[in-house]
Amino acid sequence: MAHFEKANSLNEWLDQRLAINTLKRVLNTEYWIPKDINFLWAMGMVLAATFGMLVISGIFLLMYYKPDTNLAFDSVNYTIMSEVGYGWLWRHIHGVGASIVFLIIYIHMFTGIYYGSYKKGRELIWLSGMGLFVAFSAEAFSGYMLPWGQMSYWAGMVITNLFSGGSLEAYGLVEWIRGDYVPGDAFLTRFFMLHVLLLPLVIIGLIVLHFGTLRIPHVNNQEGAEIDFKEAADLWKAGKKKESKVIPFSPVFLSKDVFVMGVYFILFFYLVFYNFNFAMDPVNFDPADGLKTPAHIYPEWYFLWSYEILRPFGKDAGLIAFGIAQAALFFLPFIDRSPNVAPAHKRGLFQVWFWVLLIDMIALTALGKLPPTDPTFALLGKISAWTFLALGPILVVITMFEKKIEKGA
Amino acid sequence: MKENEKGRRDFMGMALGACAAVGGVGALYAAKRTWDPLPSVKAAGFTTIDLSMAQENVLNVEKWRGKPIFILKKSADMKADDRDIVIGTDRYHVSIGLCTHLGCIPAYEKDQHKFKCACHGGEFDASGHQIFGPPPSPLEIPPFKIEGTKLVLGETGPEYQKMLDAGLTV
Ligand code: FES
Repeated sequence: MAHFEKANSLNEWLDQRLAINTLKRVLNTEYWIPKDINFLWAMGMVLAATFGMLVISGIFLLMYYKPDTNLAFDSVNYTIMSEVGYGWLWRHIHGVGASIVFLIIYIHMFTGIYYGSYKKGRELIWLSGMGLFVAFSAEAFSGYMLPWGQMSYWAGMVITNLFSGGSLEAYGLVEWIRGDYVPGDAFLTRFFMLHVLLLPLVIIGLIVLHFGTLRIPHVNNQEGAEIDFKEAADLWKAGKKKESKVIPFSPVFLSKDVFVMGVYFILFFYLVFYNFNFAMDPVNFDPADGLKTPAHIYPEWYFLWSYEILRPFGKDAGLIAFGIAQAALFFLPFIDRSPNVAPAHKRGLFQVWFWVLLIDMIALTALGKLPPTDPTFALLGKISAWTFLALGPILVVITMFEKKIEKGA
Repeated sequence: MKENEKGRRDFMGMALGACAAVGGVGALYAAKRTWDPLPSVKAAGFTTIDLSMAQENVLNVEKWRGKPIFILKKSADMKADDRDIVIGTDRYHVSIGLCTHLGCIPAYEKDQHKFKCACHGGEFDASGHQIFGPPPSPLEIPPFKIEGTKLVLGETGPEYQKMLDAGLTV
């Protein structure tokens, strides 16, 4: 066994056994962050904090929720909402958090795209981030089932029916996923399990991986400048803080993160207390009824864009288009052929591409909410869906011809 | 000696790999079976429906395996179809009332003799054929057996078998 000296403080005692000083250095005080980043880079910590809110509020909801098709609706809408002391608070935090977390994810994602933070050396950051996006989507969908209202039931019906496309039906895949011919008890309990155990574990694992992928390539910066982190860190440590291009994550950068989080949580709790309704679909306040479809089925706002991509096509083609839409962004680091790590406004055509992508996704989101019966909107939806699908190949072409930007300006 | 040791390591590695593969496949199979519908769910999959009470051009909706079942007694002026269930002189359209696109329940428009699906605008005629919008195939006919004026859903009778063979439903 190793030799241990008598420890003079708790810190020393722990350090001898856990190397906490090394850990602190690697993760905090000597984890270098470029100075040149704006508030958009704080979204990562904002997301982590929101996930924390979701876990905590979820634990409180879990104590009264009943995963049974006969009891689920009332356990949420009666017991938690009006019997349990402050039950409404947890539910509103959970509902608002689940919705707002996607807004932040999208901002985080588009920040990464705009500044080219997915490029060479940082591919794994992007891939693990996209993995998180998919895991969060599954988590949100499974959670949406739990109150067992009309939208829960029919969203479950429509989405699981996607898996009857093509020859999949022959394998009874839909019935296997549901454990029944229609969404029922087996369906509810397995989605309950996914929502409260398996998917949160996956998400936590992916968050750790996502943070890990960041440590070596370091976080990107506003100019996409290549920084010699060792040199810059030495400057900082030598006391030349002005000259150094970096700051330590903790406590210097963290203070900025905390400030942004403070502003964010003011907005968050404003929504929780005064405007929680935007996150609650009125149709979901009717109990699930397998013999009555709501007049218009639509998902939560954060899925609308991919739902709209699915809609203009027939069933099989729709399934394929939907699959492509879900997976397309994964490939971003590989279809962007340009060597430039730079903000979009310095990259010529890429900037146009970026804004078209953003506007197209907003258009898809808006159109996804509208009833499909109007032919003009249906046409616009079709155009937007094709635009989205075309943007991938277009990116390959325009970035192939993108000129190398000379750095140092 | 060295050679020998290497051989032993390889063998241990292969043995471990084989055990892990067998165990892994077994666990996957067990996990798959756990998600299969329970026997009680499957056993509850039969429903008997009496057709004699149906009125012409009025849609009845029954429940079978949790799904809505459309029963429409056709009036004389409505087109006959190979998919009709004929009992005596009466013709019935019977189908699973879920749009073949993504599974919404279409509504029956009495005057137009049409089913309209609000979800993505799909339409079916009174025999269940898709006539507009994204639905890829006609409304499905559930497995049935005729017993007098009664229909047993979930059992395959000769009439249903004939429709299946003719490719009229899946
Ligand atoms: S579910 Fe009926 S048209 Fe899509």
